[in-house]
Amino acid sequence: MTDPLIGKSLMGQARSLANRQWFKGGLVAAAFLLSFVIPATGLLDQYVQLILMYIGINIILTVSLNLINGYMGEFSVGHAGFMAVGAYTASVISVRLFPVPWGPWLFPVAVAAGGLAAAVTGLLVAFPSFKTRGDYLAIVTLAFGMIVKSAIENIDALGGPRGFLGMERLTTLPWVFFWTALSILAIRNLVYSRFGRGILSIREDEIAAELSTVDTRRVKMIAFVVSSFFAGVAGALFAHLLQFINPRVFDIIKSTDILIMVYLGGIGSLGGSIIGAVVYTVLLELLRPLGVWRMVLMPLVLVLLMIYRPKGIMGLREFSWFVPGADLFASRRWHRKKGTVYGPP
Amino acid sequence: MSYLLQQVLNALQLGSIYALIALGYTMVYGILTMINFAHGDLFMVGAFLCFLSVVLLKLPFVPVLLVSMVGTALLGVTIERLAYKPLRQAPRVSAIITALGVGLFLENFTLALSPYPKHIPSFVPDMSWMLGDVSISLLQIVVIACSLVLMVLLDLMVRRTMIGMAMRAISWDKTTVPLMGVPVDLVISMTFAIGTSLGGVAGVLYGLAYPVIDPYMGIMVGWKAFISAVVGGIGNVRGAMIGGYVLGALEILVVAFLPSTYRDFVAFGLLLVLLVFRPHGILGKPTVQKV
Amino acid sequence: MALLEIDHLTHRFGGLLALSDFNLSLDGNELVGIIGPNGAGKTTVFNLISGVYRPTKGSISVEGRELVGLAPNRIAALGIARTFQNIRLFKDLSVLDNVRCANYGQAGYGALLALFRLGRCRREEAVIIDRSMELLTLFQLDGHAEEPSRNLPYGLQRRLEIARALATRPKLLLLDEPAAGMNPAEITRLMGLIEWVRKAFNVTIVLIEHQMQLVMNLCERLVVLDFGVTIAEGKPHEIRSDSRVLAAYLGEEQPA
Repeated sequence: MTDPLIGKSLMGQARSLANRQWFKGGLVAAAFLLSFVIPATGLLDQYVQLILMYIGINIILTVSLNLINGYMGEFSVGHAGFMAVGAYTASVISVRLFPVPWGPWLFPVAVAAGGLAAAVTGLLVAFPSFKTRGDYLAIVTLAFGMIVKSAIENIDALGGPRGFLGMERLTTLPWVFFWTALSILAIRNLVYSRFGRGILSIREDEIAAELSTVDTRRVKMIAFVVSSFFAGVAGALFAHLLQFINPRVFDIIKSTDILIMVYLGGIGSLGGSIIGAVVYTVLLELLRPLGVWRMVLMPLVLVLLMIYRPKGIMGLREFSWFVPGADLFASRRWHRKKGTVYGPP
Repeated sequence: MSYLLQQVLNALQLGSIYALIALGYTMVYGILTMINFAHGDLFMVGAFLCFLSVVLLKLPFVPVLLVSMVGTALLGVTIERLAYKPLRQAPRVSAIITALGVGLFLENFTLALSPYPKHIPSFVPDMSWMLGDVSISLLQIVVIACSLVLMVLLDLMVRRTMIGMAMRAISWDKTTVPLMGVPVDLVISMTFAIGTSLGGVAGVLYGLAYPVIDPYMGIMVGWKAFISAVVGGIGNVRGAMIGGYVLGALEILVVAFLPSTYRDFVAFGLLLVLLVFRPHGILGKPTVQKV
Repeated sequence: MALLEIDHLTHRFGGLLALSDFNLSLDGNELVGIIGPNGAGKTTVFNLISGVYRPTKGSISVEGRELVGLAPNRIAALGIARTFQNIRLFKDLSVLDNVRCANYGQAGYGALLALFRLGRCRREEAVIIDRSMELLTLFQLDGHAEEPSRNLPYGLQRRLEIARALATRPKLLLLDEPAAGMNPAEITRLMGLIEWVRKAFNVTIVLIEHQMQLVMNLCERLVVLDFGVTIAEGKPHEIRSDSRVLAAYLGEEQPA
């Protein structure tokens, strides 16, 4: 190491890095514990707990849509359709198949099933994405969302337009925390893997990506499957919170809500998605006294945001918290390993 | 047979409305390469202006049309100047999201002012004639005729006038055209004005044909008209007209022979199929990416 | 067996005949140039080889393996890499990430492992960082590793594009007008770079270029295209004085 200053900061960074892994894990575990404590002790108001759960569900929705719209640069407008598939699948399973007392224990099975069902439909949407991009993919995904809604309306066993009910209040704060943390972790891992780089390269330049050995078809399939899986999970959680769902809940307005959260928080950024979801959910609640006028104000805020800060609150940046250790300062650490100098030639 | 002919009339009526709205989408896309997702809501505003003119101002047909056209045109141009112009250099996605935001704003603003659906009393004399077994009403004739006249005028304008040429030029090459002395901002504003006013007319005609209106009516109709524009080949004026009638026909066909809950389902499904096999639409040219 | 065999390659764009009966045979470690006036079909040849277009007629094979009909990423994985006339880097990604992207085909873990970042995934990722940094160091770009590639000066962007192409461990490297937009000093540096790449990575290089200085001094063999037709082939000094080539570039001599 020829430059002692660099050495020091590197050592300092390395140490804080090691701390961070433990620190991160510890913090998450503590929060998870808290999610049990809060409902048990009534530490927070029931209402606040409800808001926290909605925030969690919205985070899952936003992070999963960001994978397609933000990281991959596509324009998917039917995310609520995947949510609907997950919600209905999970609800049918828990209401029709689960013996009543076992409900809370089998809940993760229902949620996972909802996610898987949504993932299968996600695969269907992936195929058109091979040939179409941009505006056309927007229509395809929009049509998909509409088709799901129409299909549900036509199936009497699912309650048709009147809706489906009978779900127990199986969604609890710990479960929401669990699934939210899982979705963030999984998508973060995907983004920093070769598939994530594939996703990014598709956004940057799809042809150059193909010619650099990236299997764009496979990458798109993976992206859509993962994205829709978690949307389905969010739907399942949502259904067992509301205890009643109907097709109108999952219409274009819901998809637009999710779009707003993605672009508000920042495309291509996990931290951004979390911020977007939190800000949007909280703001909507805070503005509730305004009644109908809050939905007049929100879009105005969005428009102003797009004009003055189009990349969203976080832009394409990411909190270093979310970046895996190996990726953070990758080049400097490599130089340290080799004992060579870091710096432009 | 007469049932079929009756449905053809219905299809022409619905198709006319879709075509008029589709034209607004396609004109804006052609000139700015931007999908104005608020357009469907501008159509809704047109319908509400129609309601106000008929119920409050008690105006006859032609003034109602004019009020709606001028009102929506003004609104369209205002939106363009305030919300879209600052984003001309921004990535496409920002403009799209802004458009969605503007649309939401319009929907909810109207909702705040008018929470319940409104009924527009008839403002065209209730007459009809029988041609064999098929009945044609004055209403249907007005809707179809109005639309066709406006579409012909628009086609002429785009192909034969200076401003039409300017519009087409800008859609081909945005950077060099200003260098030729074309007032780009003015042309863009005019494009918005014309496209939006056509949506306003569609709002009036819709109010005539299906007199119950609500603030969210623009969403579904808007998306269907947008799909019409894409089916015809987005950016192509004649394509938008054809696309509108294709979609109208499809929808009426479905409603005629299948349970009505399948209406949207089949329409969107078939369009999905079309897009997979011919994404550039009927009159569009496949864009070849130069590598 | 030849490294690359192109037989009777023909391609039409609708009514336009872009390439007509193109033939080429390449062995390892060669340095060949394709030249010709603008619109002669040179980039089309590259696009056909790398699988961007499917040829109307003809066959392309690498070490006996037929390429026509394969997806571009398969062809790239089989050892054919290229750069573009108008540098197509992943602009919003860092220098290091550009190179890491190209390692896609060489990493051997699936999506499930990626989602949980277990075992093999972690190991392979570390290997990818090692390989990519080594490559960047060779190209003297390691100091810029975390910079967004759009911030690099033009010459370095060019270098990065070549580095990224080499990350796929190709046997054949296609360079499309690498000297575009460069001044004579930069061109000389580029020539050195290309020669070094050929030796250090043991690749066959095919070059499309308009800069005669580079072409004449670097290439062992030249192929000249005009309106999609091969009008001459041979060593640079032979081509330099070939009348058909001169006619194609400069036009016919008018009678006095």
